[in-house]
Amino acid sequence: MNVVVCVKQIPDPADPGALDPTTKTLKRDGKLILDESDSYGVEMALQLVTAAGGGEVTLVSMAPNGEVSGLRTALAMGAAKAILVSDDALAGSDALGTAKVLAKAIERVEGADLILTATESSDGYTGTVPEQVAGLLDLPSVTFAKHIEVDGSTVKVQRQTEAGYDDVECPLPAVVSVTAGVVEPRYPSFKGIMAAKSKPVDTLTVADLGLDASQVGWAGAGQEIVSIEEAPAREAGEVIEDDGTAFEKIVAYLDNLKVL
Amino acid sequence: MDTAHSPYAPPTDADVREEIIGTVRRFVANEVAPVAAGLEREDRFPAEIVAQMRELGLFGITIPEAYGGLGLDLLTYIGVIEELAYGWMSLTGIINTHTMVATLLMAHGTDEQKQRWLPVLAAGEQRGALSLSEPDAGSDTRNISCKAQRDGDEYVVNGTKAWVTNGERAGLVALAARTEEGISAFIVEKEPGPAFEGISVSKHVGKLGYKGVETVEMAYVDHRVPAANLIGEPGRGLPQILGVLEVGRINIASRAVGVARAAFDAALAYAQERVTMGKPIAEHQAIQLKLADMATRLEAARLLTRNAAERKMAGLRCDVEAGMAKLFASETAMELATEAMRIHGGMGYTTDMPVERYYRDAPLMIIGEGTNEIQRLVIARGLLARARGQAS
Repeated sequence: MNVVVCVKQIPDPADPGALDPTTKTLKRDGKLILDESDSYGVEMALQLVTAAGGGEVTLVSMAPNGEVSGLRTALAMGAAKAILVSDDALAGSDALGTAKVLAKAIERVEGADLILTATESSDGYTGTVPEQVAGLLDLPSVTFAKHIEVDGSTVKVQRQTEAGYDDVECPLPAVVSVTAGVVEPRYPSFKGIMAAKSKPVDTLTVADLGLDASQVGWAGAGQEIVSIEEAPAREAGEVIEDDGTAFEKIVAYLDNLKVL
Repeated sequence: MDTAHSPYAPPTDADVREEIIGTVRRFVANEVAPVAAGLEREDRFPAEIVAQMRELGLFGITIPEAYGGLGLDLLTYIGVIEELAYGWMSLTGIINTHTMVATLLMAHGTDEQKQRWLPVLAAGEQRGALSLSEPDAGSDTRNISCKAQRDGDEYVVNGTKAWVTNGERAGLVALAARTEEGISAFIVEKEPGPAFEGISVSKHVGKLGYKGVETVEMAYVDHRVPAANLIGEPGRGLPQILGVLEVGRINIASRAVGVARAAFDAALAYAQERVTMGKPIAEHQAIQLKLADMATRLEAARLLTRNAAERKMAGLRCDVEAGMAKLFASETAMELATEAMRIHGGMGYTTDMPVERYYRDAPLMIIGEGTNEIQRLVIARGLLARARGQAS
């Protein structure tokens, strides 16, 4: 059982992020870390490989400046190897450009039975890359998985819905996006962290993938960022003093928001 | 390099060190911070956290890979200690004494002794405790009266030891006892628990802070220890153990840095939330002066600690530097805990906030591992010795 996990390396959400006023994109020149939402896919993949009794987990990532910090974290958790696509030509890539790169990189992994992704990244939030990757690879796509089981050449997925979950089955190989929080990502052991240092990371360029630079980056982007604005500061909340009728006011407030 | 006193691996790769310390930071934020207050209030041993610490590999950090450990350097170790102390200082006590037993073995054990005990310690299968102090022998270690009488292939141990952290749960105790050659160091093997053969836990010490981890008095009555368990040279136990305590002081300094950082972060966060006279108190100059002084002291404490560790790693003398780090960092922890409480005002005095815990935990570092009065003597004697060009 060989599982590929697409992982994104993002600026540390604990540090205040900044937008570049020229490119109108998130600044990514500092150290990048493993997107927490991808740690669930990594954990799921490791569990599936263990349950299958063999195989390995391969990571696929696209990041600027040959960044491997986030990959090392996932390798320390137990992934066997990684493919990193890093190329200046990739700056400005939109979701589809990213999907093209990831799909090409995934094709290089021999015998991939299953491709896992997060449902969306924690810095871009387009939530479209998994389906685009599946489309480009001409593979079935299952989204919002809360539980995955592999039975021979079939993957059985509990697919999270607003009301509960759907049981979905599809043939392998397939692309499945994993909902955050459905498994407990392991902490890499210190031994794992030390071992990760010597695990193979294959760093590739756009040309290595056989892609034309005009298909990716700013050149290939089908989107244009027209303007960027600071998010509005959070407004002060409403304080309701409890005079015995507070619950009515709170219910009315929530009703007004249409969340009840 | 002075391998007798620096039984540490070569410097750890900076990325690996950062990743390890970062992992412990996440572990502490997710697994320790949410439960620390509850465990400490109940004075309950954090068995679940300790099991996870074991899985991470925390018990074998500095033990060489050849003996089943990770062979990481002192800077990695003190970074880990700082992070643990940031979440709950008691956790560091569980690791510190354990590591000191391993350090004693690495520096002075025979190969057979290392093969026998280091892998067990590295895996956390047995936990270590260090037993030097006695009711009447704290800093004046020459007063040690616990006796180990040779009898054939064994020593018969009689006496009482005080302030034994981990004493009850430990399986291996590094013991200082008086033999006919002077004070000697032994590894005492026992079953974890309140009593084993001639050893019994005679008292659980109630404490202001540092809760959840046991500090006990242990009585030895005709307890037999194989002669093969004597570590290093007979009669040289004191300098051997005191050499280990040099690392112990750097340990304590990093614990203090962790507590001081926790107090500072709590104060900084609260100062931005709490509004008086129409603005967050962080906008008031009186609070800003405090924050500036606190941050400066914290930075200085961290750098002193790091400096001592780097000297130790380089095989240089660091009695003075370790003493300075311990002295300054522990006083900083106490001061920052106090200042954090002032900034919190009444809230800081409540058990709803962690500041009162920092305030109760900080004094341990002032007193433990040689009081700060003793540290000053250590520093002064070291300085005078250096001035006289002595190499002692």
